[in-house]
Amino acid sequence: MYVAVKGGERAIANAHALLAKEGRGDPALSPLNPAAVAGQLGVLVARVMTEGSLYDPELAARAIVQAQGDVLEAVTLIRSYRTTLPRFGYTLPVDTARLPPQRRISATFKDLPGGQQLGATFDYTHRLFTDRDTAGPASAPDGGGPPDEGMPRVSDLLGASALIEPDQALDGDPEPGDLTREPAVFPMTRAERLQSLARGDEGFLLALGYSTQRGYGNNHPFAGEIRVGEVDVEIEIPELGYPVPVGRVELTECQMVNQFSGSADTPAQFTRGYGLAFGRSERKAMSMSLVDRSLRAGELGERAAAPAQDEEFVISHSDNVQATGFVEHLKLPHYVDFQAELGLVRRLNAEFRERAEGASGRHDGAEEA
Amino acid sequence: MTADLPLLEVRGAGHRYGARWGCRDIDLDLWPGEVLAVVGESGSGKSTLLGTLSQRLSLTEGTIRYSAAGGEILDLAKLRESEVRALWRSEWGFVHQDAADGLRMHVSAGGNVGEPLMATGWRHYGNIRATAAQWLERVEIPADRIDDPPVTFSGGMRQRLQIARNLVVSPRLVFMDEPTSGLDVSVQARLLDLVRSLVADLGLAVIIVTHDLAVARLISHRTLVMKDGNVVESGLTDRVLDDPQGPYTQLLVSSILQG
Amino acid sequence: MSTDLTGYNIAYLDEQTKRMLRRALLKAVAIPGFQVPFASREVPMPRGWGTGGVQVTAAIIGTGDTLKVIDQGADDTTNAVSIRQFFAAVAHASTTTRTSEATVIQTRHRIPETPLTEGQTIVYQVPMPEPLRFLEPRETETRRLHALADYGLMYVKLYEDIARYGHIAQTYSYPVMVAGRYLMSPSPIPSFDNPKMHQSPALQLFGAGREKRIYAIPPYTDVESLGFEDYPFEPQTFDDPCAICGSTGVYLDEVITDDKGGSMFVCSDTDHCEHAAGQAEVTR
Repeated sequence: MYVAVKGGERAIANAHALLAKEGRGDPALSPLNPAAVAGQLGVLVARVMTEGSLYDPELAARAIVQAQGDVLEAVTLIRSYRTTLPRFGYTLPVDTARLPPQRRISATFKDLPGGQQLGATFDYTHRLFTDRDTAGPASAPDGGGPPDEGMPRVSDLLGASALIEPDQALDGDPEPGDLTREPAVFPMTRAERLQSLARGDEGFLLALGYSTQRGYGNNHPFAGEIRVGEVDVEIEIPELGYPVPVGRVELTECQMVNQFSGSADTPAQFTRGYGLAFGRSERKAMSMSLVDRSLRAGELGERAAAPAQDEEFVISHSDNVQATGFVEHLKLPHYVDFQAELGLVRRLNAEFRERAEGASGRHDGAEEA
Repeated sequence: MTADLPLLEVRGAGHRYGARWGCRDIDLDLWPGEVLAVVGESGSGKSTLLGTLSQRLSLTEGTIRYSAAGGEILDLAKLRESEVRALWRSEWGFVHQDAADGLRMHVSAGGNVGEPLMATGWRHYGNIRATAAQWLERVEIPADRIDDPPVTFSGGMRQRLQIARNLVVSPRLVFMDEPTSGLDVSVQARLLDLVRSLVADLGLAVIIVTHDLAVARLISHRTLVMKDGNVVESGLTDRVLDDPQGPYTQLLVSSILQG
Repeated sequence: MSTDLTGYNIAYLDEQTKRMLRRALLKAVAIPGFQVPFASREVPMPRGWGTGGVQVTAAIIGTGDTLKVIDQGADDTTNAVSIRQFFAAVAHASTTTRTSEATVIQTRHRIPETPLTEGQTIVYQVPMPEPLRFLEPRETETRRLHALADYGLMYVKLYEDIARYGHIAQTYSYPVMVAGRYLMSPSPIPSFDNPKMHQSPALQLFGAGREKRIYAIPPYTDVESLGFEDYPFEPQTFDDPCAICGSTGVYLDEVITDDKGGSMFVCSDTDHCEHAAGQAEVTR
């Protein structure tokens, strides 16, 4: 009996064993320790946490090791685990103005209250290979601590003189929807869009943000402020009646400041694009804020013709777990549909030949054109 | 062509874009079988008026009453979207200035003319195709082009195909927005001639927006002249064009004659 | 892969999520053919690999159920094996390959040859739930077309096929009208299987995880494959019987046997083939 389709179970077991062997590498070397990964590959861990939408550096490091460094596979692992967790409540909004930044820069003002702080950045490294052991001090340099006077956000500084749109939602501050719990339908609210973008693929948002700078929906951005640091997460416990801190998370926030010409009803004002990501994820936060701003074209009465301004297009394609799944599903068997198409193509070919023969039988006509 | 009720009765109609009125205080009656031209310079509000009357733009103030085929009088601003779509499917047509807005450019000519029939429940391929073929003939598109998509057609053919697609369901009222303005003069004349004979044969009511007074003269019974969102003059087309009363209309007519 | 499943709820999803899914399913059953948006969760397999079907199955499966999973008609294709093992592990479900013994059948791209009966539920994995998507890419617009039952566009596609090829050239995902109201994609089953949906005694549920839509056909519902009066829907047919069991009137896979153009046709439904072959054996 023909048994080519049999043996699926054994094939899968063998595949898993082989995968584990490939992932182990040279058995003479010690295996990767997730704690070391969390500490030494912090930027990668931040990306997996952000796109996996779960703040847990240890778990993200474990996912990276288990996924053998495949970022999207690690994100999928995190998401699949996250979805099984019970939900106890919603945290209060984090206050990034209170965040003592380890990095804070503004491209709009030379100096500002709280000052500029370069922090940990690749920006001015010379991109020369260095020997890790001698690359620099293991302990933090002096003077890196946050100043005491606080660091008001640049958007608040501009906001004080009404030169930038205010922070609050306009109509009655409605509760934001929760994309992971309620079905989202287009058109989305900005809150839902931001949730989607926060989980969105860094590479996709980077390319879209880049496209807006090259004229596909130009919106004249200035990096108003980028800050990185840890912030308290608080939750309101009904029995206690006051907020209780449940932990700290490291965040990167980007506020992009953009031109807006104003209209008959509104004076000229700066508008904003917003980006927020877990850990040190500056590229992601900047790209997100560019795309957030470009997706507001409709709301601000701008001409919307570029891909980055098209909400359905951007949001439908930004989730890399969905994108990679659907692209990769093409390797699943499609025998049945292919057989159906094969039958059709054969029939169409046969009909074409019949017609061609019939036509040449009558005359040399190119009747079918 | 006797009818005791106007097809369209418009009172105090206006559409506002933000703080600016696109058109306002419009009163008009359109009778069955009548062709009404709306003329004016660009920016005069004539296209806004057409959009408002056809429910493509919302009515900010005033009323528009439509006397439907079944006899009932519909207050258009109060209709649900599904009811408006039903009117589009069976009683109204819209001919766009750019044929690409009114056609599926990559669907065959037969499919373009057949779609309104299929949308109203036609389910016999042979009948759909035969009817589409009749209409192509009627708008002077060669029969052997029935399976070609409009991207392969000339500007004049596209416009004629758009007209066929609109008329195939025998509408009672057709809106036309500068249907000839993108065409060469000779092609324009042929198209206008076609429109005029179809309108007469089918007893259609038409509201046609044009900046070209010659178009108005050739096919309309009555003409409205618009300026700055208001109607500044209206009357029988020959009267308005030969004996304009208002200073603006006089200017408009004389500029054409000199040009 | 992981055998340590401590900390996971029965059938993987938490109870809140299952309730959300059941609400969506109830709505879907109440409005046959209508696509109900739902807050699709991640499940531990890639999007596009049956995450919608898995969520629907997880929401309805109970300890008394017997699960069958097929992909391309076969119980033993890798993805079917993987999903079956998943439910065996997380839902402690008993599993079967026999269509007649299953209470819940999750499928990708086929409906079993053995007719389904009352009390059975078939769960389809759906990649693209919107039958109009390739004609109109915008969700906002297709939703409006469904709301207004404005389906002229779908017939334009069929018209164009006939004009070009002389017959309708759609062989899978062949659009259907459900209960005379909603246009629906039957998922990429071959058009051969379409007639099995009409007036089926089984409950038919459809899950599209990536696209976040659930829809349903209740038992004994009219499901009409679109067509014209003079060019009616024609399911595919095969000239030869199955080379293994000799069945006719079943869907066949073509298997390439050599590199000289040789091939044979065998049942796509492995359960059917096995039993038909067994019976042929007995009668001999």
